[in-house]
Amino acid sequence: MPDHSSNSNEVDIEFRNATKRFENVVAVDDVSLSVERGAFFSFLGPSGCGKTTSLRLIAGFDQPSEGDVFISGASVVGIPPHKRPVNMVFQQYALFPHMDVAENIGYGLRQRSPKPDRQDITRRVDETLEMVRLSGYGKRRVWELSGGQQQRVALARALINHPTCLLLDEPLAALDRKLRREMQIELQTLQRDVGITFILVTHDQEEALSMSDRICIMREGRIVQSGSPRELYDEPLNRYVADFVGKTNFFDGEIIEARDSAITLKSESGQVLVGVQPKKAAPLVNGSRACVAVRPEMISINAADKNVGDDSIALHGEVMNRIFLGEHSEYLVATVEYGEVMVLSPKSVENSNRSFAPGDRVSLSWRPESVLVLGDT
Amino acid sequence: MREDGKTNFWLTAALLAPTSMWFLFMLILPLIVILVFSFGERAAVGGYAAGFTLEQYANLPSRLKAFQNTMVIAPVGTLLSLLVAYPLAYYLALRVNRRYKLILLVLVIVPFWTSLLVRTYAWIFILGGRGIPTLLEFIGIEGVRLINTPGAVLVGIVYGYLPLMVFPIFVSLEKLDKTLLEASSDLGGSPLKTFMQITLPLSTPGIATGCMLVFILLMGEFLIPAFLGGGKVFFIGNALVDLFLQSRNWPFGAAVSVTLVVIMLITVTLYMRLIMRGKTGRDESLM
Repeated sequence: MPDHSSNSNEVDIEFRNATKRFENVVAVDDVSLSVERGAFFSFLGPSGCGKTTSLRLIAGFDQPSEGDVFISGASVVGIPPHKRPVNMVFQQYALFPHMDVAENIGYGLRQRSPKPDRQDITRRVDETLEMVRLSGYGKRRVWELSGGQQQRVALARALINHPTCLLLDEPLAALDRKLRREMQIELQTLQRDVGITFILVTHDQEEALSMSDRICIMREGRIVQSGSPRELYDEPLNRYVADFVGKTNFFDGEIIEARDSAITLKSESGQVLVGVQPKKAAPLVNGSRACVAVRPEMISINAADKNVGDDSIALHGEVMNRIFLGEHSEYLVATVEYGEVMVLSPKSVENSNRSFAPGDRVSLSWRPESVLVLGDT
Repeated sequence: MREDGKTNFWLTAALLAPTSMWFLFMLILPLIVILVFSFGERAAVGGYAAGFTLEQYANLPSRLKAFQNTMVIAPVGTLLSLLVAYPLAYYLALRVNRRYKLILLVLVIVPFWTSLLVRTYAWIFILGGRGIPTLLEFIGIEGVRLINTPGAVLVGIVYGYLPLMVFPIFVSLEKLDKTLLEASSDLGGSPLKTFMQITLPLSTPGIATGCMLVFILLMGEFLIPAFLGGGKVFFIGNALVDLFLQSRNWPFGAAVSVTLVVIMLITVTLYMRLIMRGKTGRDESLM
């Protein structure tokens, strides 16, 4: 039985050099990580990056080829899924079509030995239905429910077993945008209420950023970077992470001077660009290829004739498109130096300065200390 | 709209015509002929003589043994086929490597490329005095008689009808969503519990179809009992062959046929009622 007296430093799930090979494909490659009890943890990456396989290693559907996987401090290698204290919410929910909602939710309880008595199961099913706001739906057939309702049944079916850890495999992928947003909030609330570890697999960076305490970004079976959403956004270790988390403009070039305080880079268009390196990143050396990563909101947009400060780097171009986003306006500017650049301009600036229309000549500038120089790997 | 409706009517009629004709001439009319014959009398030289008598039906108990054999061996044979076919279908659908699946499926039907007659004939030698009984004598088991027993007929039935049972079950297991099995296992269901609660219930459409196919065909079977039952274990089918072709008692043969049709109608209706019971909504077609 899982213990819910959560000690915040207790490790719930741990990988030690876990590797999973399928014939000649390495799906998970020497991954080590630990997830604290009660955390909302996400595996984020494109399809085929090994995130789902990592989840399946925890659930027990796959066994590591090498290395070790721990749940609550005990190695689970070789233990089949039905003997593990974790439960999963499947991507297509995998609800049993020949059972009604209540039978689906009570399934886990009925597998126990000794089997709880009928009243006990009914009572707990009703409680769980209430928790996912589906009271009174017990006798419905599962295919009569909407996508969001099926999703909640899948959640209830997993949570009724009081797992130490809930595994979610792209649980929101099948829902439409509005419903997905609602379910994201609902999942977060639910996680706080039940207080157990949630491990989410997703390819949607927005989803991972908005829901998780910690995110692990994967590529080709390896962890690229893991950290809090803020760390990943503000201090991406390389171009891959910066590209995956949020929107970024990249200006490629070659490093001409690498100092601790600032990195100077000569771009392909011959311009000299300056930026800082993320604290934890591997040091860059002179002559190596790198890029300057500039978040759209770090760029200020001005009329072409207006003079900008000396310490700012300026690009020149023409507004191609403007999308009004309420609090912000998103500009797409065709620059002379680097082609298309994305700029996010807050409403306050829009009002005090002026806003621009397609065809306007503009200059773009940013402060060197607010941009990062990143290596490719 | 009316024009369209009319065109559709004629088109539908034209498309249905061949089937309707076939049903009318090959099924309905012969059945009527059989029904009429069953109330007639045997002509002096055999065949049919017009008349109206219930004498043929009164005479049915003389063929009681054939009815008994059929009514016992057909269901038992169906059940045995199911028990042999299910593990095979399960293995093919869920266990075997995708690469070999097609080859193995073809192997299941390869025997069908040879006539059932020839293959059943082969079983006479396998089960006959110089076949398995001789082998058993080598290891000291003597006096085993296999051929011309109900057991021999059942062996022939399972052998001959296996593919008909395997395929519908294979199809329903193959289209079973495999993540449901993972979900069951994830929720604490042991492999056996998962099989009993998920796999088996979700493959019932295939089981129902397979059993129905095999059972209906078995009720009219005559070749296998004729070869492997050797006149000791005979079906209604054998009685019919005898009545129509040997003793040429057509009216009595017709009466036996009508009785068989009635029995089939009753059993199949009851069976359908049974498997359809409590089933509503989608996904409940037989295949």
